[in-house]
Amino acid sequence: MSGRIQRVSGPVVVAVDLENAQMYDVVKVGNEGLVGEIIRLDSGKAIIQVYEDTTGIRPGEPVENTGSQLSVVLGPGLIGSIYDGIQRPLDKIKAISGDFIARGVNVEPVDTKKKWDFIPTAKKGAKVKPGDILGEIQETSLIKHKVLVPFGISGTLDRLDGGEFTIEDVIGYVKGDDGKKKELKLSQKWPVRIPRPVKAKLPPEIPLITGQRVVDTLFPVAKGGTAAVPGPFGSGKTVIQHQLAKWSDTEIVVYVGCGERGNEMTDILTEFPQLKDPKTGKPLMDRTILIANTSNMPVAAREASIYTGITLAEYYRDMGYNVALMADSTSRWAEALREISGRLEEMPGEEGYPAYLGRKVAEFYERAGRVTVLNDETGSITAIGAVSPPGGDTSEPVSQNTLRVTRVFWALDASLANRRHFPSINWLNSYSLYIDELKNWYIQKVNKEWTEMYQKSMSVLQKEAEINEIVQLVGYDALPEEEKMTLDIAKVIREDYLQQNAYDEVDTFTSMRKQYLMMKSIMNLYEKEKAAVGRGVLVEQLLKTDAKQKIARMKYVKEDQMDSYFKDTSKAINDLDMIVVQAK
Amino acid sequence: MSMSDVYYKTVNQTTSVLLFVQGVKDAAYGEMASVNLDDGRQIIGQVLDSRDGMAIVQSFGETRGVDLENTKVRFTGETARLAVSTDMLGRVFDGMGRPRDGGTPIHSGDRIDITGSAINPYSREEPSEFIQTGISTIDGMNTLVRGQKLPIFSGSGLPHNRVAAQIARQAKILTSSEGFSVVFAGIGINSEEVNFFRKEFEETGALDRSVLFLNLSSEPSMERIILPRLALTTAEHLAYEENMHVLVIMTDMTNYCEALREISAAREEVPGRRGYPGYMYTDLSTIYERAGKIHNRKGSITQIPILTMPGDDITHPIPDLTGYITEGQVVLSRELHRRGIYPNVDVLLSLSRLMDKGIGPGRTREDHKGVSNQLFSSYATGKELRSLIEIVGEEALSASDKRQLHFADSFEAKFVNQDYYEDRDIAETLDIGWELFSMLDKTEAKRVKDEHIAKYGKWDANGTIQH
Repeated sequence: MSGRIQRVSGPVVVAVDLENAQMYDVVKVGNEGLVGEIIRLDSGKAIIQVYEDTTGIRPGEPVENTGSQLSVVLGPGLIGSIYDGIQRPLDKIKAISGDFIARGVNVEPVDTKKKWDFIPTAKKGAKVKPGDILGEIQETSLIKHKVLVPFGISGTLDRLDGGEFTIEDVIGYVKGDDGKKKELKLSQKWPVRIPRPVKAKLPPEIPLITGQRVVDTLFPVAKGGTAAVPGPFGSGKTVIQHQLAKWSDTEIVVYVGCGERGNEMTDILTEFPQLKDPKTGKPLMDRTILIANTSNMPVAAREASIYTGITLAEYYRDMGYNVALMADSTSRWAEALREISGRLEEMPGEEGYPAYLGRKVAEFYERAGRVTVLNDETGSITAIGAVSPPGGDTSEPVSQNTLRVTRVFWALDASLANRRHFPSINWLNSYSLYIDELKNWYIQKVNKEWTEMYQKSMSVLQKEAEINEIVQLVGYDALPEEEKMTLDIAKVIREDYLQQNAYDEVDTFTSMRKQYLMMKSIMNLYEKEKAAVGRGVLVEQLLKTDAKQKIARMKYVKEDQMDSYFKDTSKAINDLDMIVVQAK
Repeated sequence: MSMSDVYYKTVNQTTSVLLFVQGVKDAAYGEMASVNLDDGRQIIGQVLDSRDGMAIVQSFGETRGVDLENTKVRFTGETARLAVSTDMLGRVFDGMGRPRDGGTPIHSGDRIDITGSAINPYSREEPSEFIQTGISTIDGMNTLVRGQKLPIFSGSGLPHNRVAAQIARQAKILTSSEGFSVVFAGIGINSEEVNFFRKEFEETGALDRSVLFLNLSSEPSMERIILPRLALTTAEHLAYEENMHVLVIMTDMTNYCEALREISAAREEVPGRRGYPGYMYTDLSTIYERAGKIHNRKGSITQIPILTMPGDDITHPIPDLTGYITEGQVVLSRELHRRGIYPNVDVLLSLSRLMDKGIGPGRTREDHKGVSNQLFSSYATGKELRSLIEIVGEEALSASDKRQLHFADSFEAKFVNQDYYEDRDIAETLDIGWELFSMLDKTEAKRVKDEHIAKYGKWDANGTIQH
C-alpha cells in the first residue's frame, strides 16, 4: 500500500501513511514517480527531499517506497558515461525526453543489453570474500575492469563462467559457509552515502603529476591527497579543474560538475573525446566519468551528485586504480545543503548553513586517500574540490571548513587573473603540506637537486614581494643592483615558468623532465646573473640577453626537442660570462 | 479542471505578500491562483506551499484591500503559463504578460510553462560564432559569441543602457546576414528608460522584430519575479521553434534580486548574505542558464543581463552570484565615465569565458588572441605604474616603464573610447591595437607572435614608431 502526499513546498515533500519507511529510503513521489529520499521521520510523517522539480505536484498524490537507499549501479559501462546527480545517463534521458530534461524519467544507469567479454581469473573452489577479484573485462581501450565479489558474499567459489555476459546475467555462484548459494553478476549496487570499506590507509608519498608547472613544482598534491581550489569568479577555477582532469597521471578521472554552467559540461563533452592521453595516445574519455548536475537542474540532486561521484571513484579504487576526483564546485553542494536545511526549518549555523556543514565536508574529503583495498591491491582517490567563496572572501564557512580538512590550498587570485596571469595560483598564499612527504620521490625520480631548486625559486619569489614594497616607496632606480637582479629573475620565474597557457598545444602539459630542465635553466641564469652583477655588470645590460629570449620560448618547445634546446640555452646562459662591465 | 470553479472564502491570514487559504485540499505546488477582492479587483497569485487543508498563496500584486471575510481565491488548475507565437513580435507586454500597448491579448500558439526546463548538457552546442558588436573593448578583448550569457555590471548613473542599445543596434554575425530578434525585459525600470529603449528600437527598425516586457518601477515589484521568465519563454519559442537568433536584454537584474529578497523576507525565510535568500544562486541560474544553443536547432539565445552594482561593489551578492553563473562579465568603470570616456568598459575586470571559442583564423583574425593578450598585459602594467608615479614621480621610471605608462593613456583614448554611433569592424579594432603597440619597444610585445608582427606590426625596421 502506498502513502500519500500531505504537503509540498519546493523540493521538500511530506508524506503520510508510508509503510516501513526508514531513514534514507528512496521513494517515488506523485503520479509521475519523481525520485526522492526520506530525510526525516516524524510521528507518522516522512519528510522527503525530491531530486526533481515538484511544480504541479498536489497533496493527495501517491508516494511509493522502494525500500532501498540511494544507490549507484557499479559495473562495466560506467567509464565514458555522463550522468546527472543520481546516476541517470544524460544521453538516455535525451533519447526519452528530448533536448530539455523532463522529470520522472526512468533510465538504467548502465546498459543492461550490452554484452561484455568476461575472463575469469579466480578458480573454482577458491575461498572468496568481498572485494576479491573474480576476473577481468576490457571496459575501454585504457581500462581493464576488474569484477569484484560484492559485499555480503563470501565462501567457496562454486562456479564461475567466462564468456559474453550482460551485467544482469549470472556468471557464477558462491557457496556460503551456511551452505546457501549466492549468485554472482558483473554488476553490484552500493548506497552512495556510505564509504566503501578498505583494509588500511597508507601515507601519501607519490605526487599526482598534473603537467601544470605551478602545481607540480611549487604546490604538489599527493596521490590520495586532498586539495582545495578557492577563488572568486573569473579566476580560472574551472580551467584548472579541467586541466587536472585532462592531464593528471591517474588511471581514472571522475569529474563532478556540481551546480555549474551547462556550457562548461558541454565543453568537456565535446573536448574530451578528441583529447589524447599523453602517455598512451588513447582518447581521454576512455578513462573519464562525468557527472553533470548544472546549476539549473534540481537542487537536491546536486546535493547527491558529490556522493554519486565519490562512490564511483571508490569502486575503481577497489580494483587497485589511482582515481582523481574533481568536484566543481563544492560551494554549490553546500548551498544545496543550506537550501534543503532551510526548507526543513532547521536551526541555521553560520550564514544560514546548517550546523552540520563542517562534518559533511570532512566526511567527504575523508573518503579520499591512498589505501590498501580489501583484495590487498593499492589504490587511491585524490579529491580536488573547487570552492566559490562569495566575493572571493575565503573567511566564509564553506572555504573555512574545507581548508580545515584539505592539505593543499591553491589560492586563486583575482588580480593575477585580471592581468591574465594563468593559472592564477598565488605563490605567496598557497601551500602544500605534502612537500616533505613527497621530497624523496622528487629526489629519486626527477633530480637530486630538485628540493634545492624548489627552495631557491620560492625564496626569489618571496624576496620579490619584499623588494616590491620598497619600490613602492623609493622607486625602482634607487634599488641596489643585486635587488634589481632578484626582481629580474623573479619576473622570469613568473612569466616564463609559472604562467602556463592551457590553450596552447605544447604548453598545456609539461612533463616532470621538462619542468626540471626549465627550472634548471632559470637557476643557471640566476647564478650567472649573480656572478655578472658581482663583477659590476649593470642589470640593465642583462635585461635583453639571448639567454632570456631562449628561456622565454622554452615552454613552447616540444618534449622531444627539449634536450637539444636545453643545451643551446645553457650555452647562451654561459655567454653571460662574457658581458663586459660598462661604466655607470 | 473542476476545482477552477471553486471559490475559497477561507483566507484566515494575510501579509503584504502572502495569503493563507484554509480548507484547500489539493492545490498544486506552483499553481496559479486569482484573488478576487470585494471591489472587483483581481490579483494574480501562486501557490508556494500546499498542504492537506491549507495553501499559502503568494500574490503578485499589492494585497491592499484583501480582507478575511469577502476575499475569494480561485485556483486555476495550472502552473504559470504563457501563450507564445510570432504574433508577439512588435508587441509590448506587462510583467504578467498582459498587453500594455493597447493591442489584443495573444491567444494563438501553445501555452508554455514559464519555469522552463534545463537544457540537457548532452544537447547543448558549444557557442562559438563571433558576434561583432562594433565595440572594440568587447570585440577585441571580451568577445561575445552567439548563445553566450554576458552581463553588463554597471553602477547607478553609468551609461549601461546606451551600451546595451549600441550592442543591440550593431550586433551582427560576420558569416551570415540574419539579424537578431530582440526580447527586452525591463524589470522595475523607470519610464524614461523605457522611452529610451523604445525610441532606440523604433529608430533602428528593430521594433518589428522585438518583444518587450515591461514592469515599471511604480508597478508591483512581485511581478518582477515572473517577468524575466515570460521573456525567456518567449525567447525560447522564437529561438528553438521559429529558428530565430534572439538577443535577450534584461535590465535591471538588481531590481529582480530586490524583489526576490522582499518575498523571501515576507515568507520569513532564513536569510543568506545581506538578507538575500540562500537559494538566490539557484534561482538566478534558472534565468541565466536559459541562454544557449542546441544541436540540430537553428536558433540561439544570447543573453545580455544588465545589473547595477550597489555601491559599485563587485563582491555584492547580486554581481557575485551572477558572475558565478554567467560566462564572463563586462564591467563599466565610474572612473572612465568621469573622464568622459565612452563606452567606459573596464577591460581588466571584464572577461568573456567563451572568447577563445569564437576568435582566431576563420572566425576573426589569426592575430586576435595575441593582440588581446598584449593589450591586457601592457594596459595592466601601465595602470599599475600610474599608481606608482603618484608616490615616486614619473622621473623615477625606467624608459620602458614610461612607454607602458603612456601606452595605458593612449589605450583609453583610442581603443576604449569610441562614439555611440561608431561601428568598428573587427579588423579595425585589431589594427588600433597594433597602432598602440608601436608605442612600445618591439621586444616588449612578448604576447604577439613574430609572424603576426611581420604581417600586422606598425614598427619600422629599427623597431621604432612609424607613422
